[in-house]
Amino acid sequence: MTDLQPAIRLDSVSRHYTMGESLIRAVHEVSLSVPTNGFLALLGSSGSGKSTLLNLVAGLDRPTSGAIFSGGQNIASLSPLNLARYRRNTVGMIFQSFNLLPRMTLEENIELPLRLAELDRSERPGRVREALEHVRLTHRLGHRPTELSGGEQQRVAIARALVNRPKILLADEPTGNLDSATGEAILNLLRDLRSQLGMTIIMVTHERPLAERFADRLAVMGDGRLLSLSDDSKGLA
Amino acid sequence: MKPRDLTDLALRNLREAILRNALTTLGVAVGVASLVAMLSLGVGLQQLAAKRLSQSGLFDTVFVTPKNNFGGMGRPRREATPEKPLRVLDDDARRELEKLPNVLEVFPQVRFFTEIRFHNKPFATVVAGMPDSSKNSGSFDGMQGNFFSSLTANEAILQIEFAKDLSDNPPALIGQDLVLRYAERQALPSANSNSPAGSPSDAPGGFSVVPRELRLKIVGIVETEPAAGFGGPGNARLFMPLATASTLRAAQVNDLRDIVRDSSAGKITYASLSVRVKSPSQVEALETSIKSMGFGAFSLLDASKSLRTFFSVFDLLLGIFGSLALAVATLGIVNTLVMAILERRREIGVLKALGAADSDVQQLFFVEAGVMGLFGGFLGVFFGWSLGRALSIGTNIYLKRQNLNPVEISSVPWWLVLVAIGFAVLVSLVAGLYPASRAAKLNPVDALRYE
Repeated sequence: MTDLQPAIRLDSVSRHYTMGESLIRAVHEVSLSVPTNGFLALLGSSGSGKSTLLNLVAGLDRPTSGAIFSGGQNIASLSPLNLARYRRNTVGMIFQSFNLLPRMTLEENIELPLRLAELDRSERPGRVREALEHVRLTHRLGHRPTELSGGEQQRVAIARALVNRPKILLADEPTGNLDSATGEAILNLLRDLRSQLGMTIIMVTHERPLAERFADRLAVMGDGRLLSLSDDSKGLA
Repeated sequence: MKPRDLTDLALRNLREAILRNALTTLGVAVGVASLVAMLSLGVGLQQLAAKRLSQSGLFDTVFVTPKNNFGGMGRPRREATPEKPLRVLDDDARRELEKLPNVLEVFPQVRFFTEIRFHNKPFATVVAGMPDSSKNSGSFDGMQGNFFSSLTANEAILQIEFAKDLSDNPPALIGQDLVLRYAERQALPSANSNSPAGSPSDAPGGFSVVPRELRLKIVGIVETEPAAGFGGPGNARLFMPLATASTLRAAQVNDLRDIVRDSSAGKITYASLSVRVKSPSQVEALETSIKSMGFGAFSLLDASKSLRTFFSVFDLLLGIFGSLALAVATLGIVNTLVMAILERRREIGVLKALGAADSDVQQLFFVEAGVMGLFGGFLGVFFGWSLGRALSIGTNIYLKRQNLNPVEISSVPWWLVLVAIGFAVLVSLVAGLYPASRAAKLNPVDALRYE
């Protein structure tokens, strides 16, 4: 019955901030689940709370209330060290602005999560090459991020997110800094990886047409609330 | 993260802002250099003083006298206890002393007031016999001319002030002869004539005094008086081999006292014996042993302890002054690392998003601080050593102009190198505490938003 267990389940998750006298409900009472190998697109206008929700799922932030289950454990109640392990081993994350470290080569950037995971040095080159093969960039191993195009940089960021073989890939506006053709190529790559590696993908995006083309389900956020959650139109089969 | 990965990343980060980090490291180096230079001066001066004192023969020597020899001179006279009769310093006692543990040599003090004639002019002075071991003790370092050619040579070394009395051009005295006039003791005929003829107090009936002359060749001139023990009549100005001096059987101050006491029972006796040990640390035990044998014993151990206390305080003060520059340098480390946090805020966010724990980030900044401290420490020791050398060279140039002998006023022993580098790393780590803790506490969401 493990197939039926969702990769991520959110139960009444809220993230509130106080700013001076006022309370900001960045995320409020959101409940949803993403099945294993599913592809969920989080849509919404700026300030709708979609990125905050993604950060909560990524373990970068903790909810004010509610629970986030992944692999049977509530990550909201994990210790800081175990939360770091969760970020390291269970999720991979890609960003709109790529967030590659400019002074490192592609190889070193991709190797970084392996260093944090304390993987044996002898195994690292093989894992880096494997991740680069997934994004078809093995020939640029020694280059620095600034020597690459935006699309290539995002592919490197995807390779870095994949290198620890995570179960869940979280993408925060992955096409936001790319032209439409390159953005589409990146999403094609994500879709291929999902089917090849059996990963679950949660993607924050503004671009509804792209989301409709590539995601199984669409979750629309507004004022921190989940306004709508589409059916699993494409299914998992 | 594994230590090697941490170090790799830390070195990479330090290389990225090479100028700023190099300047910070230089600041640490200057601080360490100041500390090392100060302490090297303290150590150097202590070694210099210890060497001079050791050369003086006062700190590794116990002066042995018959039990109540130090009585008088304003001190209450100590009587021998009824159980232990007064012991005299004779050859039996000398052999006994030679057998004590750690004893290098035992020699008598031969020192007498007399007159010399040079170019037929009389000069009053004190003559002292020097043991052969004084040649290597450093007492005659820097002397003009040479040490005695043999243990029994009829040769003399003059103290410079005395040499100036003899001639306006003291170096020209070397090679010339002088005549030593002295009073030789001769035993009075007695019934028991088996005792060694001519020994200092060889007959219970007493001795007569006969004037004698001995021609001595001046072989050297020494700047300072090499110490030859206590209890002598004033400072010696003319030195001759101890064996030669002993054979003169010159009348000494204690002879009359021994005659009156008649305690020598016909044996050779000595006014005092100097017992030299391998190290000043053995003096205390030796002194106790000698006292338990029934002799009086005296050393300058207490003075040596006071000296060590003085230099400990001196070193402490120098260390505190030297550390001030290092304290300023630590502010540089704090500043550099806080700046690094601001610049690398986004990077810290990325590291945390990729799975770095707070402790990973903290350790990374710690290692960066430690590496700066380590490099600063090495560089600082080199600078400090160079500064000490420069001070030594400068001092010696000054001393040479003053016609004084060169000295080594700075010394960097291996323990100072280790302590300085260790202290630099420790201080740098302490300086890194706040920045490392601040970096570790950064909220990754805020850090990732930072532009």
